Amino acid sequence: MRTTRRLLDAVAIVVAAVTVFPIYWMVLAAVKPPGEIQSLDQRPWTLAPSLDAFRRVISVDDFGRYFLNSVAVALVVVAASGLLAFLAAVALTRFRFRFRTTVLVLFLIAQMVPIEALTIPLFFLVRDLGTTVPGVGLNTLGSLMLVHTAFTLPFAIWMLRGFVAAIPDELDEAAQLDGAGRFTILWRILFPLVAPGLAATSVFSFITAWNDFLFARTFIISATDRQTLPMALLVFFKPDQNDWGAIMAASSLMTVPVLIFFLLVRRRLVAGLGGAVKD
Amino acid sequence: MTTVATAPPRRRRGLTPLWLLLPTAVVLGVLFVYPMWQLGLLSVLDFRQAQVSGGQPTRFLGAENYTRLFGDPRFWSVLTATVAFAAACVAATLAVGAGLAVLLTRISRVPRLLLSLAAMAAWAVPSVSGSTVWMFLFDTDLGLVNQVLGLDGYNWMYDRYTAFALVGAVVVWHSFPFVMVTLYAGIEAIPRSVLEAAAIDGSGAWRTFWRIMVPILRPLIAIVVIQSIIWDFKVFTQIYVMTRGGGIAGQNLTLNVWAYQQAFASGEYGLGAAIGVVMMLILLVVTLLYLRTLRRSGEPL
Repeated sequence: MRTTRRLLDAVAIVVAAVTVFPIYWMVLAAVKPPGEIQSLDQRPWTLAPSLDAFRRVISVDDFGRYFLNSVAVALVVVAASGLLAFLAAVALTRFRFRFRTTVLVLFLIAQMVPIEALTIPLFFLVRDLGTTVPGVGLNTLGSLMLVHTAFTLPFAIWMLRGFVAAIPDELDEAAQLDGAGRFTILWRILFPLVAPGLAATSVFSFITAWNDFLFARTFIISATDRQTLPMALLVFFKPDQNDWGAIMAASSLMTVPVLIFFLLVRRRLVAGLGGAVKD
Repeated sequence: MTTVATAPPRRRRGLTPLWLLLPTAVVLGVLFVYPMWQLGLLSVLDFRQAQVSGGQPTRFLGAENYTRLFGDPRFWSVLTATVAFAAACVAATLAVGAGLAVLLTRISRVPRLLLSLAAMAAWAVPSVSGSTVWMFLFDTDLGLVNQVLGLDGYNWMYDRYTAFALVGAVVVWHSFPFVMVTLYAGIEAIPRSVLEAAAIDGSGAWRTFWRIMVPILRPLIAIVVIQSIIWDFKVFTQIYVMTRGGGIAGQNLTLNVWAYQQAFASGEYGLGAAIGVVMMLILLVVTLLYLRTLRRSGEPL
């Protein structure tokens, strides 16, 4: 028994190492001096770490701006989608009304819709919206915020539902007896209690918006200063010779913040996911 | 409706849930329902670059985009590739995810923590940067893999199957953590006594997995399978980035990428929309299966 366990432990550690290896390789390549990147004899370590690639990425290619663009889009999406999902989740768990089940099923189906197929009509919608509403047309960050808010909503609602349902009904009934209005119950009682669930939901919304390549590629056609990270990263792919140092530095800049964030809220995330999957 | 009968007495008047749902309804109506309608509409129109920017009149075509599509051998080859690629990815993701979930239950604390942290890390990596680092690892000259294996100058992207395999590996790397974490949580929820009873009766790990865990976890496994199908059927970023938009002569196109290329690269918006509709119908069937499974497992909605 003990030797089996030792063996399985070893297997697990090897699998873990293989799984993280690409991430390690990315960060390593980002800090390798250019000579070692171009080498035909790649080593899994470096004795002369340099920030050269990061410097190149940030100063020459204005990567800082794309980073801020990505942050802005992701934060607005998290806030907007969290708020709307909270209200909808309360409606779907605290009230019984006709078509409630239908609405729930619709949200479930909405999660399955191939969003990629919708890029074609959305492209025209955004183009037309832009002529009447400034700030959401093509080449604006607003367009990205808008579509991501919409596409993260169904999952966020589905996930938050479990968290709202977990708050005992008696709590808002007691508050109501004490004379609290609907608005007070919503913001003073339910909202603070759902906050942990909102945190878990936010991670998913954040990552969806942060990772998005498709819409950034489609909507931001000519305004390079409005690009977000995923598109900006592809600039370093050259037909003749890829600048791998810069690509890996840019990839690291895009990955590491999410990675840290993700690992920090790991437990909460798993609990939230379990809630969404199980109920 | 039975839900009405069993609902606790409510003093609140009926309008409130509508107000709470209104913002969501507006956002989803404009950005979800309307575009879906538009997608269907575009797919029956002659809508190309000439109509978009050249001011040419839009013509109603009826099913012509579809007949063109179904008559195109390319469509069938892309469809086959999409289904095969998704099936391979789903099978690999499930095998790896389920295997590691079982492994997690049988190891010591520290390796367990390491493995779940590693999986979480892979999960968190954005698909674009995940794709770029794998491209670097498998680069023709500077890639670690070629250097270690001594495959100097071998380009993994030239061959259709190795290119698909490489993209598939990245997809699995990104998606096995979800399966692993979900199934591990499920296995942990199985009462200890059940598994102990099986062990006492002399059931090995393999047998316990198939005869006890799988039947108990059936609803959870159904959810994981369907989610994986839906995700892997729609893989876009990895293919688009790694094969530069569909591979050499479009050998690595899937429906998703093809629809996109037809619309935005070739200006065939109507045809692209028709491909989109076909995709949506396929996924709708999968979704209906999902809903049926949920209902069977006694899911109270």
